[in-house]
Amino acid sequence: MTLDRRSFIKILGSASGVALAGCAGAPAVVSGSANEMLAKTGRRVVVVGGGYGGTIAAKYIRMMDKSIEVVLVERNDHFVSCPFSNLYIGGIIKDLTPLTIKYDKLVSNHGVKFVQAEVTAIDPATHTVVTSKGTLTYDRLVVSPGVDFRLEEMKGYDDNAMQVMPHAWKAGPQTVLLRKQLEAMKDGGTVVMSAPLAPYRCPPGPYERASMISHYLKQHKPKSKLILLDANPDVTSKGPLFKKGWKENYAGIFEYRGAKKVTEVDVKGMAVLVEGLEDVKGSVINVIPPQRAGRVAVAAGLVGDDKNWCPVNATTFESTKQKDIHVIGDACIAGAMPKSGYSANSEAKVCAANVVALMNGKETVDLSGINVCYSYITDDQAISVAGVYTVKDGKIVGVPNSGGVSPADYSMAKTEAIYAHSWLKNILAEMST
Amino acid sequence: MKQPWSGALVAGALAFSATAMAAPPTAAMLSNACAGCHGTHGGSYGPSMPSLASQSKTAIVEAMKKFKTGERPSSIMGRLAKGYTDADFEAMGEFFSKQKFHATSQITDVAKVKKGADLQEANCSRCHLDEGKDGKDDTPVMASQWLPYLQMQMDLYQSGKRKMPEKMAEKVKPLSKEDLDALIHFYAAQK
Repeated sequence: MTLDRRSFIKILGSASGVALAGCAGAPAVVSGSANEMLAKTGRRVVVVGGGYGGTIAAKYIRMMDKSIEVVLVERNDHFVSCPFSNLYIGGIIKDLTPLTIKYDKLVSNHGVKFVQAEVTAIDPATHTVVTSKGTLTYDRLVVSPGVDFRLEEMKGYDDNAMQVMPHAWKAGPQTVLLRKQLEAMKDGGTVVMSAPLAPYRCPPGPYERASMISHYLKQHKPKSKLILLDANPDVTSKGPLFKKGWKENYAGIFEYRGAKKVTEVDVKGMAVLVEGLEDVKGSVINVIPPQRAGRVAVAAGLVGDDKNWCPVNATTFESTKQKDIHVIGDACIAGAMPKSGYSANSEAKVCAANVVALMNGKETVDLSGINVCYSYITDDQAISVAGVYTVKDGKIVGVPNSGGVSPADYSMAKTEAIYAHSWLKNILAEMST
Repeated sequence: MKQPWSGALVAGALAFSATAMAAPPTAAMLSNACAGCHGTHGGSYGPSMPSLASQSKTAIVEAMKKFKTGERPSSIMGRLAKGYTDADFEAMGEFFSKQKFHATSQITDVAKVKKGADLQEANCSRCHLDEGKDGKDDTPVMASQWLPYLQMQMDLYQSGKRKMPEKMAEKVKPLSKEDLDALIHFYAAQK
């Protein structure tokens, strides 16, 4: 985002006006921009980001109140799921088709208006979203931008480096690149992965990826090794389960190293540097950099004191920094709810219900949330974590004595590998139908 | 679930004290959270996940109570059920029972479906009403559930991990593996 305040106002042209509409709830903002893409006639919610959170927010707002216009803005014409992309990297899923959704049914089934454009700026004061194709005025805005990388904390890791050492932490071309590199690697090579300090998108993700890469090496390149350099002192999610799975399946192939924070990459030398000192060389290197809320959220002033994540009201997901803007998914601070696809889905529904309530002058409703997350260990064994969430004293907390991880003895692992496939089918169907 | 003070008088103040004034979770709020795995409004697209749409309210409530105590075996359902009260189960059961029936598109074996129809009529139809489309009391809607889901449940019954109701056990005992397979195809094919 390069616009400063002055050029922003220039783009907007004449100042936006606010009319005192007669309907219940907040007055509708009347479009005042010369570049307005879609004439705004009634009440409008703009949703930024067509992933696990944004699609669901758009759909559920329309299902709950057809009189509200919903415009979904997304830079791509399709979305590739991060959940299950590790199975593609491990060679278990042969292409990304089962992980890919389109937006056409959200349009035809629910009347969501889809705009494929890059959001370049958000102006909370004038209730305006600036995109690469023009501006959109909103009454309420739902921001679900996912994550971007804190590249300043990973010396040498720029756009070019990403093509040599893929992050594959946003599913799509990066996922394909990492898979190709693993396929091209000679047997006997070393794969190096780095994982950032929590919080980051998908807490068990790096460990599932390590499992899936190990699975591939064991099947096809048994003389090879994988090293995971984890900035965290220990496995951050499903720890004992992952460790048992690694011991039983990948001894001699996979090595976990905790408290190894990668701070620099050496693209020419094909190495990563731990704390700028110890260098670890690899034939294939997968760098998962530290993360923050998507840059749209940062530019709109939605991040909190940590400069990384967006604080929100635990009931409405309205930003505590900017009025009439809601933040959901990985970008927001949702208390005990982890940064997962299922959390984003669940948060989006809570947000949708309360956006509709607020726009109709009705009472808001407290959150009841769920997270369900599966991780594959082998091609036919998976482990899970599940949680039920509620609001207490204005914070999202887990319901006491509920949730938790799979049985420690792996007695459910084969069943859970079957359930996980249905998880993906249903959650992607929710997002795309 | 609405609180008595939710009137026009306080509507204007809500924006400033959303948390303090928020109502407890509604049936929709509780139930929509389940849809990530069970499909929007409980209409499942996942072969191992049951549809909850138009399910019998009592069947849902009873299933959730049994998941919570562990009487019905599960992977994650038991862990999730522990996060809810009986009143929550009632609200969810009510919500899903009111949703439109979800017809699944799956490939079933015509011969098995035909055989299953006769077996259902002779053995199951007194409880599983209207070809399994009607759920009554704690008897669930069977029609259009996914084949893999039905198979997994029958396996749990046969292994003794899931307890069969006495009346059902009497009827199931004389049936062969092929008979049960035909019944499953019959129910899956009903729309």
